[in-house]
Amino acid sequence: MDPELINDCVHCGFCLPSCPTYVLWGEEMDSPRGRIHLMKQHVEGTPVTDEMAGHFDACLGCMACVTACPSGVRYDRLIEQTRAVVEREHVREPADRALRELVFQLFPHPRRLRAMRVPLRLSAGLRRRIAPRLERVNPSLAAMADLAPDPVKRVRLPRRVEAVGRRRATVGMLTGCVQGEFFPQVNAATARVLAMEGCDVVIPPSQGCCGALSLHSGRPGQARRFARRTIAAFDRAGVDTIVVNAAGCGSTMKEYADLLDGVWAERAREIRTVDLAEYLAELGPVARRHPLPLTVAYHDACHLAHAQGVRSQPRELLTAIPDLELREIAESAICCGSAGTYNLFQPEAARELGDRKAERVLATGADLLVSANPGCTMQITSAIRRSGAAPIPVAHTAQVLDASIRGLGRVA
Amino acid sequence: MTETLDELARGLAGVLPPGAVITDPVRLRTYECDGLTHHRAVPGIVVLPESAEQIAAVVRLCNEYGVPFVARGAGTGLSGGALPRADGVLVVTAKMRRILQVDLADRRAVVEPGVTNLAITEAVREHGYYYAPDPSSQQVCTIGGNVAENSGGAHCLKYGFTVNHVLALEIVTPDGDIVTLDADDPGYDLLGAFVGSEGTLGITTKVTVRLSRAPETVTTLLAAFGSIEQGGQAVSAIIGAGVVPAAIEMMDALAIAAAEAAVACGYPAGAGAVLIVELDGPAAEVAHQFAEVERICRDNGAFELRTAAGPQERAAVWKGRRSAFAAVGRISPAYIVQDGVVPRTALPDVLASIDRLSAEYGIRVANVFHAGDGNLHPLVLFDDAEPGAEERAGLVSGRILDLCVEHGGSITGEHGVGVDKSRYMPKMFTDDDLDTMQLVRCAFDPRGLSNPGKVFPTPRLCGEVPGVRRGVHPLVESGRAEQF
Ligand SMILES: Cc1cc2nc3c(=O)[nH]c(=O)nc-3n(C[C@H](O)[C@H](O)[C@H](O)COP(=O)(O)OP(=O)(O)OC[C@H]3O[C@@H](n4cnc5c(N)ncnc54)[C@H](O)[C@@H]3O)c2cc1C
Ligand code: SF4
Ligand code: SF4
Repeated sequence: MDPELINDCVHCGFCLPSCPTYVLWGEEMDSPRGRIHLMKQHVEGTPVTDEMAGHFDACLGCMACVTACPSGVRYDRLIEQTRAVVEREHVREPADRALRELVFQLFPHPRRLRAMRVPLRLSAGLRRRIAPRLERVNPSLAAMADLAPDPVKRVRLPRRVEAVGRRRATVGMLTGCVQGEFFPQVNAATARVLAMEGCDVVIPPSQGCCGALSLHSGRPGQARRFARRTIAAFDRAGVDTIVVNAAGCGSTMKEYADLLDGVWAERAREIRTVDLAEYLAELGPVARRHPLPLTVAYHDACHLAHAQGVRSQPRELLTAIPDLELREIAESAICCGSAGTYNLFQPEAARELGDRKAERVLATGADLLVSANPGCTMQITSAIRRSGAAPIPVAHTAQVLDASIRGLGRVA
Repeated sequence: MTETLDELARGLAGVLPPGAVITDPVRLRTYECDGLTHHRAVPGIVVLPESAEQIAAVVRLCNEYGVPFVARGAGTGLSGGALPRADGVLVVTAKMRRILQVDLADRRAVVEPGVTNLAITEAVREHGYYYAPDPSSQQVCTIGGNVAENSGGAHCLKYGFTVNHVLALEIVTPDGDIVTLDADDPGYDLLGAFVGSEGTLGITTKVTVRLSRAPETVTTLLAAFGSIEQGGQAVSAIIGAGVVPAAIEMMDALAIAAAEAAVACGYPAGAGAVLIVELDGPAAEVAHQFAEVERICRDNGAFELRTAAGPQERAAVWKGRRSAFAAVGRISPAYIVQDGVVPRTALPDVLASIDRLSAEYGIRVANVFHAGDGNLHPLVLFDDAEPGAEERAGLVSGRILDLCVEHGGSITGEHGVGVDKSRYMPKMFTDDDLDTMQLVRCAFDPRGLSNPGKVFPTPRLCGEVPGVRRGVHPLVESGRAEQF
């Protein structure tokens, strides 16, 4: 925890109303200003107590405070450093420890995740029946089962997708662990949209997890290993621009140069990571958009809006589609509670935030929810299911663009 | 924790919801200060009540044990008003943030004290209304804090301060009764006395605010001047011409640089000062006044004028101004936000003197102010790692207040006295004045339990020693007051 970064905080409190946990509980220790104060206490010699660790664990890492802070406090760096300290210095309860191990053995590894899909592949009815029991045994496991989306067919992506028409660029594409396993159709749509906009898309099969989950959970060592592997995979594939369609992965990859050092930092600097919407907006459209007569609510994923500052681009891409009407979700800057692994480790808070988000999404009366992050998609869908309201279909920006460009008339 | 506090904490847990009594030392410390961080005290106990009844119960228990209590909203105060007591209870209203009632026909809303200033406007905006007082901290500061500080903002020049927009209050008195103070009550204006009392007369539990109709047109002008003097002259000329803008705000070069670093507000390059003039009202009137203001700015040397077209551009113009305080964090490791008032006509003089002070002490001062009513917010910048810098900055900051008083102004425009400025009160008031104020205080809070140690310079008379006072009151003894 870098004291210089801590001292940048002038204690003005401007970040309070944007912090999801402060919105929920109204307690100083669960606000960005309070957490920075706790970091300061630690730097000044207070050991990491259970209480202190609890308030850091309750932070979603949504970075809304970074957007809100007029003093430019790097809370993102601070919490990353803090999580590493907590993992190192704090002895967790055995049950908590076991759950963490399970998650970190699972999520960053696509193959293991694939195997897990089978037990998670519960029908909606079965899920409802076992949920209360799981809830009692372990709320986190219940959350995990509750979140897993309905099974979809695996999609095998080719190593290279050729540009349609004149080639305007060659880009690499990250497939992501959760995206790749749970939402392969999003990756397929992403590759198609990029190709239809004139890009050769290179998809190295040797890529794995980008390291985001590990980094956000205080495991920088594991994160660095994943980062190096990712860089190597794309280097080998010969691309210097990587298009990412999952917000959490994109925000971490953009920070690779800070995470790594020496030659690896150099190599990281030579690769440009960009979010799909950011890239498409920059490239400008060539493919014709066909009408999609839909009302769409766009959800700001924290790791896109707050961490990468990508807010206007996806909205512009969507409103450029003929007949599509965009609706804003109230409190769009407040996290849905997904936040990477948050809904697994802090199921109660995540659920409250999910319910809040679901309510506001439903209030828009939109036909379709657009979310550019797999975690958010799972979180909001499961919250809407819990509320008993008619489910609202959810699609990634890539899928909406894909449907419009291909003239499907609806989002599959 | 002392035995008394221990016992009190157990009592509090009995009247509050689970988890609403905080005694863990690490958690307590996060409440040690408000927006003014150099005054610090770890509170004995923190409570997070959810209703007026719970606050009343807390206050009654404090009375029972003779323990002082301090109210806190969002903790954005800049005078240490919410500085806790190590031997007392900090009553935080952050969980009381429901908007209880909106009555558009009567143009009023009833809200709990922890509702933020901006949340009120957000709740009624779609119907064409808003809550007028607009402190720069409006997104976070609470209405309870606003009432306590009689907070103001850029638009108070035309529309008045909090006191002009509060219609009624429900308060818990320092001895634990729930009482309503209404602007329509016959007799003494107790509501007026309570607004601005900085938590020393009781705890606000419900606020009825006036809702204002959003103006038909709003026009915002950004004028860039070569120097702060030119800007100051333009302000005087505008007011002198009989125009009452909704707001006139000025920022000097250093403040502009900070805002630019923080939010890239894109103000005209090379400006020694910018003036933001906002006009609102019926379209024809605004158009007429706008032409006048434009002419005056040009006559006084404005080298660039920009008009914000539409709400988005207006927000962009204001963004720089609103972020200014916090933004100086970008250009200086530490700073003091000062708050003083001078007569508008004295502005150029005072600013020149501030410049001299700045040079003399080698301390940079950025100036941001509500120019229309002469409310200065000098930001005194220093490096806390440099030995002696903090003391020098403190001196400069204090000397600025001296300047304000010398020119017939005041030691605070809107941030309140709190602990920070209590020592300056004797510069403005005689002992008799202060004693008279104390009498008001004693009438509400004879045991001195409600936010003691704030506003008044030295522990005086009834209020300042927690616990039951024994013996005859000095004022009574001297024949100047009667005990009720
Ligand atoms: C960056 C920044 C900009 C600011 N800009 C402005 C500005 O433009 N104009 C302005 O006027 N102020 C401004 N302020 C100061 C501050 O925001 C105001 O004084 C605000 O009203 C404080 O509200 P709060 O909820 O944070 O109160 P706190 O800081 O928590 O408390 C302030 C005082 O109010 C008392 N109090 C709080 N709640 C209650 C209650 N329910 N009942 C009784 N007493 C209570 C406390 O005891 C304390 O004395 C600014 C502050 C910051 C940090
Ligand atoms: S990252 Fe999100 S949850 Fe964590 S302190 Fe910042 S705003 Fe709050
Ligand atoms: S993090 Fe930024 S916004 Fe929050 S209290 Fe600190 S300086 Fe203010």
